[in-house]
Amino acid sequence: MTFIYMSVMYEVLCVQIHFVLLISRQGKVRLTKWYSTYSQKERTKVIRELSGVILTRGPKLCNFVEWRGLKVVYKRYASLYFCMCIDPDGNELEILEIIHHYVEVLDRYFGSVCELDLIYNFHKAYYILDEILISGELQEPGKRTIVRAVAAQDSLVETVKEQTASISTIITQATK
Amino acid sequence: MGSQGGFYQSKEFLDLVKSIGEARSKAEEDRIVLGEIETLKRRISEPDIPKRKMKEYIIRLVYVEMLGHDASFGYIHAVKMTHDNSLLVKRTGYLAVTLFLNEDHDLIILIVNTIQKDLTSDNYLVVCAALNAVCKLINEETIPAVLPLVVELLAHPKEAVRKKAIMALHRFYQKSPSSVSHLLSNFRKRLCDNDPGVMGATLCPLFELITIDVNSYKDLVMSFVSILKQVAERRLPKAYDYHQMPAPFIQIKLLKILALLGSGDKQASENMYAVVGDIFKKCDSSSNIGNAVLYECICCVSTIYSNPKLLEFAADAISRFLKSDSHNLKYMGIDALGRLIKISPEIAEQHQLAVIDCLEDPDDTLKRKTLELLYKMTKSTNVEVIVDRMIDYMININDNHYKTEIASRCVELAEQFAPSNQWFIQTMNKVFMHAGDLVNTKVAHNLMRLIAEGFGEDDDTDSQLRSSAVESYLHILGESKLPSVFLQVICWVLGEYGTADGKYSASYITGKLCDVAEAYSSDETVKAYAVTALTKIYAFEIAAGRKVDMLPECQSLMEEFLASHSTDLQQRAYELQAVIGLDAHAVESIMPSDANCEDIEVDKNLSFLTGYIQDSIENGAQPYIPENERSGMLKISNFRNQDHHETSAHSLRFEAYELPKQTVQSRIPLTSLASTEIVPVPEPIYVREIYQTTTVPSASSDAGSTELKLRLDGVQKKWGRQTHSPATSTSSSTSQKTDNGITQVDGSNTSNSRTLETYDSRKQQVEITPEKQKLAASLFGGSSKSEKKPATGHKISKPSSHIVERSHVRKSSLEIASEKKASIQPPPDLLDFGEPTVNSAAPSVDPFKELEGLLEPTTQVDSAENHGSTAAATKSPDIMGLYTETPAGIYNKDDSDILSGLSNPPVRNMLGGTRSMQVAQSSKGRNLKNSLEKDALVRQMGVTPSSPNPNLFKDLLG
Repeated sequence: MTFIYMSVMYEVLCVQIHFVLLISRQGKVRLTKWYSTYSQKERTKVIRELSGVILTRGPKLCNFVEWRGLKVVYKRYASLYFCMCIDPDGNELEILEIIHHYVEVLDRYFGSVCELDLIYNFHKAYYILDEILISGELQEPGKRTIVRAVAAQDSLVETVKEQTASISTIITQATK
Repeated sequence: MGSQGGFYQSKEFLDLVKSIGEARSKAEEDRIVLGEIETLKRRISEPDIPKRKMKEYIIRLVYVEMLGHDASFGYIHAVKMTHDNSLLVKRTGYLAVTLFLNEDHDLIILIVNTIQKDLTSDNYLVVCAALNAVCKLINEETIPAVLPLVVELLAHPKEAVRKKAIMALHRFYQKSPSSVSHLLSNFRKRLCDNDPGVMGATLCPLFELITIDVNSYKDLVMSFVSILKQVAERRLPKAYDYHQMPAPFIQIKLLKILALLGSGDKQASENMYAVVGDIFKKCDSSSNIGNAVLYECICCVSTIYSNPKLLEFAADAISRFLKSDSHNLKYMGIDALGRLIKISPEIAEQHQLAVIDCLEDPDDTLKRKTLELLYKMTKSTNVEVIVDRMIDYMININDNHYKTEIASRCVELAEQFAPSNQWFIQTMNKVFMHAGDLVNTKVAHNLMRLIAEGFGEDDDTDSQLRSSAVESYLHILGESKLPSVFLQVICWVLGEYGTADGKYSASYITGKLCDVAEAYSSDETVKAYAVTALTKIYAFEIAAGRKVDMLPECQSLMEEFLASHSTDLQQRAYELQAVIGLDAHAVESIMPSDANCEDIEVDKNLSFLTGYIQDSIENGAQPYIPENERSGMLKISNFRNQDHHETSAHSLRFEAYELPKQTVQSRIPLTSLASTEIVPVPEPIYVREIYQTTTVPSASSDAGSTELKLRLDGVQKKWGRQTHSPATSTSSSTSQKTDNGITQVDGSNTSNSRTLETYDSRKQQVEITPEKQKLAASLFGGSSKSEKKPATGHKISKPSSHIVERSHVRKSSLEIASEKKASIQPPPDLLDFGEPTVNSAAPSVDPFKELEGLLEPTTQVDSAENHGSTAAATKSPDIMGLYTETPAGIYNKDDSDILSGLSNPPVRNMLGGTRSMQVAQSSKGRNLKNSLEKDALVRQMGVTPSSPNPNLFKDLLG
């Protein structure tokens, strides 16, 4: 228990958001991004502990949980929980909006984003997150800018040929 | 953009995800993942893997690692990917390495070269990808390798690059401030960047720099104020609007910076008043983001040099928060109250009821926050109620981290504000009972000292205090599992005062102590305390001239301890044995009565032994040679100049050790004496306690009449009565408690009579300053507002019903407070109460409306293609509905997941309700269609989402 706390304390001055977690209602991890240093063991522990706390919280309660001297702000969208861990003196409402901002960008990008999109395209969710947050700080508050940035990468990256190819290869693989 | 929702992964990967999704247990999931790891290990090392295939493997590695498994075997392949020329591959490589590697990983050195190359690329996307990696991976050692390149990028034509370069520089500063100390002016320069995004990003490093050194940035106050002003006046491009608020994230960051700059600086603060006041007025308090900005304004106002007008705004905002239905806002309100209370304590008064409601709330987070607020506003007048609340809460939680914190807060408050020593002890008992070993041992020693020293005024009260402590402890010993620290206190007190008042026989007390030693046989310290306590009891018996009969269980215990592996325990047992063999006179001089508070002067020269040594030397013994004068040491001291004194104890000796002959002779008498006279135990507390004895008991009949209870209610009664009997009224607040206790026991719930009692007792309090009294009394049962009492039946009914339900003693006094509060501010509270029923009714209505929406598919058609823009348009009003948290609860409770999966979250918000209702219907149709499309797509690919979770297809923003 103490070792995590220590490492958090170590970084506490530097980072606004310590980590981002996406957990499904069943406790499945959909995305994790660590801005403070946690070992793989600590990470597993953090996820287990937090999903125990957050998933069991009833409706209508605060979207905040105090946890080991830090605060975790979470919000549920459909069956997916978006969680961000911040310092105790952070502005929780702001974090709630950063989460929402992220979801809105995801929604714009995927078009009516659903959990399934994030499951199968989790790497894209990472790319988008990287455009919103950098080393735990909000870097871009403009939605359009973010979507445009990610789309620019995509268009450069995924040629038309590949786009058409991918679906058909999947289908052929599936029918094999 | 809908096309981006497709799935580009192979069937294999889809199958993996699917099977993990369907795994019934963690073990099954682990098995699947381990299988996947084996596959990947095999595949990834095959020669000539096509890039696209490799990219997928890496993504699968990321997935595996995300699920908590070790994918380190593939790290090197991710590193290799970053070297690739194609951005497609490179981007995946960078993503993987930033997720895999910490800044101190060995592989980073292999990436630095690539990063350097990419930072100079013509393609700004490549540069961005590299900068992302820089932020995460570059450590102190590698900063110099990329620093000049990053600085160059600060002037890049693309704003995205400039922004990331700023963030990277910020990161460098965090990791190694000295490496970029000459570049800090760049942050100031970038503050004037044409692009608001870059300017916003610059605020992050500036905030940190100002936190560290305020004074160097005072000149920027006007710039920040004017930026904030422009932002608030909507001078930024529309793109930065967020939910109709102009660039709220930038506003928040600026307010944070202003708070730092204005703290304790009147002149700087005066420049801010206008703009902060302006924002207060402009903030839309019906949206969450508006409230986020408002909250930041309150924080700012409470930090800068205070201004009455702004404080008023802040107080208004706080009361809006507290009166809100949303728990989030209440939480923020409580937090803000805690900040503002430092400046204007009177503000708490008007929110008394809201605070008490929050304290009663089932929401744990809110409760904790409220306790934190109470902690901040504790005074000697309300300490009992507050500490009791905290203990009540502490009992019911499992979170050790918080338990420790709250326990230390209780102790801190009790030490600071305790109205009487008795109350202090009783509170400590509770803290020990429930927080146990999480309590600092210092606190335990404090408690022992307090019991030993007593009030210091009156021997009678002191001995009563002690006998009541003994009583309560004897009772507590009946509890099954007690924390070690507490047992130590109990043993010590029983040893000192167990037989002092003559109520309990020595055999009874010793029997109890033996039970403790047996029951906690794994705890050496407790056993040691118990043995020493036994020694004391027997010593007192012998000194009093009574015959000592050792209980058989005590004897067997001693036998066990005499052979113990712990030398400490062994020695104590031998001491006990030795004491028992002595006569009354000897025992009296070893353990003089009532000496536990006397300072023991340690005769370091052991002068009392000189006679004995003299005799020994005359009988032919060799004199003792001090260590540093011995021949062997002399040589070494040549090496070590003067300071051989300190070093000799710790460093290696190069010569053979002396034969111990000459010292042995002089030491033997030392140790043999020590066992009776000086006890060379390592810890000073032990020394003290061995010498301690009791005061002569003045057998108080009062102690006998009280019941032995330390469970919440019993204790109060007991302690309460005791304060009655001695004339030295400890404090009037204790007598108030007594009143409560008595009514409690009677089982009568007539809250009215209790109110009166509280009034009376409160009025008697004199020692507190008027304004303190006003605040505290008004908060927790004061009489200051008694004249204003318009009956508000609706509100009162709630607290009083609480009383009936919960029979907690202290709660009642809070309830009383809440009643009184109700009388002060009735109208808004009535509103508060009306709402919950409305809310609960709304969701039940909604699904039908949703179903109606399903029947009309016309709305689906148009949105399919250009729905990116439609979404933007339709969603913004919808958001209001989003902030109300109900949907979660509905899905949680019932199993009609499918219905709720298709339906939109019920809209509860009073304001946004009507508007978003319409939107909900139209957008939901589209969502359903999308979901079906996705479902079809997945099925087409051969992955049947058979999992019973239609939520997977549910629109997150729906």
